[in-house]
Amino acid sequence: MKAVERTQNKPGDNVLIEVKHLKMYFPVTSGILVQRAVGYIKAVDDVSFFVRRGETLGLVGESGCGKTTTGRCILQLYRPTAGTVLFDGKDLCSVPGRELRGIRRQMQVIFQDPYSSLDPRMTAGNIIGEPLIVHGLSRDRREYRERVAELLSLVGLNTYMADRFPHEFSGGQRQRIGVARALAVNPQFIVCDEPVSALDVSIQAQIINLLEELQEKFDLTYLFIAHDLSVVRHISDRVAVMYLGHIVEIAERNEIYANPLHPYTEALLSAVPIPDPITDAQRERILLTGEVPSPLNPPRGCVFHPRCWMATKECQEVIPELREVQTGHWVACLHVPGYGSPESVP
Amino acid sequence: MATLLEVRALKTHFFTQAGVVKAVDGVSYDLEEGETLGLVGESGCGKSVSALSIMRLIPDPPGKTVGGEVIFDGQDLLKLPDSQMRRVRGKQISMVFQEPMTSLNPVLSIGRQLTESLELHLGMSKTEARREAVRRLAQVGIPDPERRLKQFPHQFSGGMRQRVMIAMALSCNPKLIIADEPTTALDVTIQAQILELMKHLSREYGVSLIIITHNLGVVARYADRVNIMYAGKIIERGTARDIYRHPSHPYTLGLLHSVPRLDLPRKEKLDPVEGQPPDLMNLPAGCAFRERCRFAIERCAEEIPPLQSVSAGHFSACFASATLVSRAQEHGA
Repeated sequence: MKAVERTQNKPGDNVLIEVKHLKMYFPVTSGILVQRAVGYIKAVDDVSFFVRRGETLGLVGESGCGKTTTGRCILQLYRPTAGTVLFDGKDLCSVPGRELRGIRRQMQVIFQDPYSSLDPRMTAGNIIGEPLIVHGLSRDRREYRERVAELLSLVGLNTYMADRFPHEFSGGQRQRIGVARALAVNPQFIVCDEPVSALDVSIQAQIINLLEELQEKFDLTYLFIAHDLSVVRHISDRVAVMYLGHIVEIAERNEIYANPLHPYTEALLSAVPIPDPITDAQRERILLTGEVPSPLNPPRGCVFHPRCWMATKECQEVIPELREVQTGHWVACLHVPGYGSPESVP
Repeated sequence: MATLLEVRALKTHFFTQAGVVKAVDGVSYDLEEGETLGLVGESGCGKSVSALSIMRLIPDPPGKTVGGEVIFDGQDLLKLPDSQMRRVRGKQISMVFQEPMTSLNPVLSIGRQLTESLELHLGMSKTEARREAVRRLAQVGIPDPERRLKQFPHQFSGGMRQRVMIAMALSCNPKLIIADEPTTALDVTIQAQILELMKHLSREYGVSLIIITHNLGVVARYADRVNIMYAGKIIERGTARDIYRHPSHPYTLGLLHSVPRLDLPRKEKLDPVEGQPPDLMNLPAGCAFRERCRFAIERCAEEIPPLQSVSAGHFSACFASATLVSRAQEHGA
């Protein structure tokens, strides 16, 4: 663990979000009147990372790996079981609920499904304007209307669309409304939770470009959660790979794609089909066998070992911690050159 | 190789209160035995409807296949009486649907769902069908098939359910499997497993495959030939190599350029296809892609461009396709 602390507190680093040993366990209960926890789903299990101001950290992994839960824990939409989330140096986990509302002005979220994340009974204008009312950000009716119009044009929608209802918009346009709603309160940090995966290919690029333009314009910091590795490479400055509640690798974008060290990252990258039959045929493919184990009963030792082709007996016993093996390149695998010997596990 | 399926000028329209939606409007293609065809397009382009029309599974009303022919193994499926069509469905042509969560019956055991078609189409006895079901489950890589047979869909993961769907589709030795977005609901590593499995089975048993998808990467890896659809029509057709190396329709070009790619250096900015897909109820005159097209000329507003040959076996429905090819070559894309 010592290694983790070292770089994360590197002086001069312009860190906005710092997550330390974050754990989120959901109890599985049994019983009718008296509910007892019979087990815990370890959705996020000892995750540490940081996000610098103005950067985009991509968080990738398969469904159920805990990437969305991590995002929600940062926003305190779930209160984490253990660990700390420092936002601008302040520990959000110890802030009481009422005070959180003020802090939430600084951090917003864009959801995956533009169909279910907008209230069908509200007009686009009211959806975008609601945060302004909640946080008391506009003095009168006129200022409110002007701000809503400004937000609409900021995301590439026409101002006359303010009176329309969500069903009158296409998927891409709805996602633009979601972006405008997140921007309404001038946040510093936005969790983008799979913002393009529900959209058509030709529309995805429009939204990605919009997110990038806005980031530049307002100096936003993004946590970009996605399962599409090519999209993540495009938008992220650094990328973290999650598997079954653990971060298995973090590195600069170019580094992780050119030089993946963790076997899971390697397999994940090789599984992405490339839209060119000739290049694709020449790539080496690693076909993982089996499926992601249940987080209710994760494997002992390294969580990836049942599907890993490099696994040895040691992997079944030791949980590898995230270590910096090259500058800025962190990995949690005993078999990566330069990782060193594992610490003994209690 | 012999032609297995010939679709000629297929038209499927939906008659709604608001007007007629021309979901599939004059689609023609053929499929050889053992071939894998990719049907690519965005949501609402008519790719699923065209597949459902082959199976005659379009809900009527409001939908109706109003024209065309579907010649499968020498007979026109659209003219078959219902009783005979039922013998084609599931036996000679079977389908794998997108959502393995909703396309399996939640109250029947996996075993029952597998044996049903075996008993119905192949006239097997219960014990024979059971033995065959176990064999099929093992074939698609489900461990411990004897025990799994007694379980229900909710006890299976997404990838495993899709394997069950494939086992069901294979059970009667069909000649053609239509897979409608078979991996869209699955994770990449599972997607790779399922597609490899389908391709392997198709090679081994000579089954033809139609893979419907919006993912250009999936098609590049697994399809022999590709049809690109837009607003109810095929706008480009060719071998996977043709389509990806020499895209000859501005829409195909736009699709290929708008996706970030792992094999190319990262671009500063993505190059999206601007605008929205057209409303199928009020299609503009002329080419449906005109309003989003950067190569559009006056003629595009007046006539619908026909699907024309650009090179052997490669067709494009664009008046500018000739210059597009040279432009694409200039850019080395």
